[in-house]
Amino acid sequence: MLDINKIKNDFPILKREIHGKPLVYLDNAATTLKPVSVVERIRQYYLMETSNIHRGVYYLSEQGTLAFEAVRKKIKDFIGAGDTSEIIFTKSATESINLVAHSFGRTYIKEGDEILITEMEHHSNIVPWQMLCQEIGCLIKVIPIDDEGSIRFDQYEEMLNPKVKLVSLLHVSNALGSINPVKKIIDSAHRLNIPVLIDGTQAVSNTHVNVRELDCDFYVFSGHKIFGPTGIGVLYGKASWLEAMPPFLGGGDMILSVTFEKTIYNHIPYKFEAGTPPIAEVIGLGSAIDYILSIGLPLITSHAEELALYGTQALQTVPGIRLIGTAANKRPIFSFVFEEIHPHDIGTLLDRQGIAVRTGHHCTQPVMHRYQVPATTRASFSIYNSKEDMDKLIQVLMSVKDRFK
Amino acid sequence: MNASERDELYQELILEHNKKPRNYRKIDNPSHAVEGYNPICGDHIYLYLKMDENKIIEDIAFEGSGCAISKSSASLLTMTLKGKTEQEARQLFAEFHDLLTGKMDLQKSGHHLGKLAVFSGIWQYPSRIKCASLAWHALESALKDGKKQVSTE
Repeated sequence: MLDINKIKNDFPILKREIHGKPLVYLDNAATTLKPVSVVERIRQYYLMETSNIHRGVYYLSEQGTLAFEAVRKKIKDFIGAGDTSEIIFTKSATESINLVAHSFGRTYIKEGDEILITEMEHHSNIVPWQMLCQEIGCLIKVIPIDDEGSIRFDQYEEMLNPKVKLVSLLHVSNALGSINPVKKIIDSAHRLNIPVLIDGTQAVSNTHVNVRELDCDFYVFSGHKIFGPTGIGVLYGKASWLEAMPPFLGGGDMILSVTFEKTIYNHIPYKFEAGTPPIAEVIGLGSAIDYILSIGLPLITSHAEELALYGTQALQTVPGIRLIGTAANKRPIFSFVFEEIHPHDIGTLLDRQGIAVRTGHHCTQPVMHRYQVPATTRASFSIYNSKEDMDKLIQVLMSVKDRFK
Repeated sequence: MNASERDELYQELILEHNKKPRNYRKIDNPSHAVEGYNPICGDHIYLYLKMDENKIIEDIAFEGSGCAISKSSASLLTMTLKGKTEQEARQLFAEFHDLLTGKMDLQKSGHHLGKLAVFSGIWQYPSRIKCASLAWHALESALKDGKKQVSTE
């Protein structure tokens, strides 16, 4: 079992009081809190190790390059990639998807081709493809979900056809908590040689991910949702794709030689990393992965499963609560509507009691549309959250209901 | 009223108007009709006005969906403005705007806000100011353009 009190000590913000009440942070699907070790590592880099990397021949630059590249190796091992050249640093998971849309999309997707996404996608996995469609005339087809918030796998299989050039979907839904059967989805697509992109933003902090076992073609996630800093995202791509794909951004570091007539691009992964990378953020992300590993991913997964079960049962017993997203296989992300009370009123009143939740459409307006609600209140749990936090949430929700009677 | 009560956003008057909004209906043949929309929270308000030839607001009503703050604000707006002139409505909008942004000292300034003063604590909730101002922005747009859609963003 996770030693939650010990973990809480690693996050000083949890000792804060908000409006005179102890903070209960339940917006982990938006961003996780940062442990001392991550912030200290970034501080150490800025105060004692600052240099630019990949160019200097002096000690600090060489050490910086080693630290930076060590994180690439760490991520490769963390997600089970075959080679460090398959790990590309971006500024966010969103940018990772945009990179694939721009580079892979413009090269391999043609007019009339289809891209499959799911009804539960985050806007970041909708809009880049729509932009591509507008440009080249390809089409987005949406894999429907059922009332519980699971993908209609039967319909997905029917939608697969030779015109489909990419399947792109979430590993875990940020709005519903559903865990998608990504292995099955990838296997089906691969039978028709269709590549698959998985957005693992909500998965990697709590789920064992091995991109080679999954055999996905691309896998993306961001640093700040796994206890790391903002401004850093990761794109994993199979080397065979990355080598064939044209660069995304041009500039320094992504070249081998430049003349005014011709530029020879660098090898992967550097071909996709133009300009000075977010060095401190990469180093901070490395520290965040160390932190996860020091706690132990299997323990984190069991904790998430336990909270998902407990929270689902607890919320479903509250009269007036409609839980949106009740898939059997889910993470502790709870979207709900509560009687006729608007989520923003709930959010403000919870905040006055120190409870931080997200209210709104969670960048998933099609999901809101699917369930015929304008917005939901969303409570999302992480390693420092306990069942008591869920009890506290429900207790305050009851008092909100009393006020709106 | 102590400090914490004065800071309280969800006062009885607001909760009551949320539950039973006044002038919650459509006006047939309005002189002005505007749709106010806040894309961040999905709040939607349709504001209808009937203004006579002397620029007096003969009738004003609203419909729509939204949070307690936007709904009660729209309700109080219609109550306050019925029978007022266009000029008075503009003056009230300016005063209400100052109230929402914390620029008004209710004790000192000779304002005409009346019950609208119930929103005095809202400047401490920056993310909610748009909820309270949605109907008012719709009104401003109605007075300016007659009929159209207005967004808070």
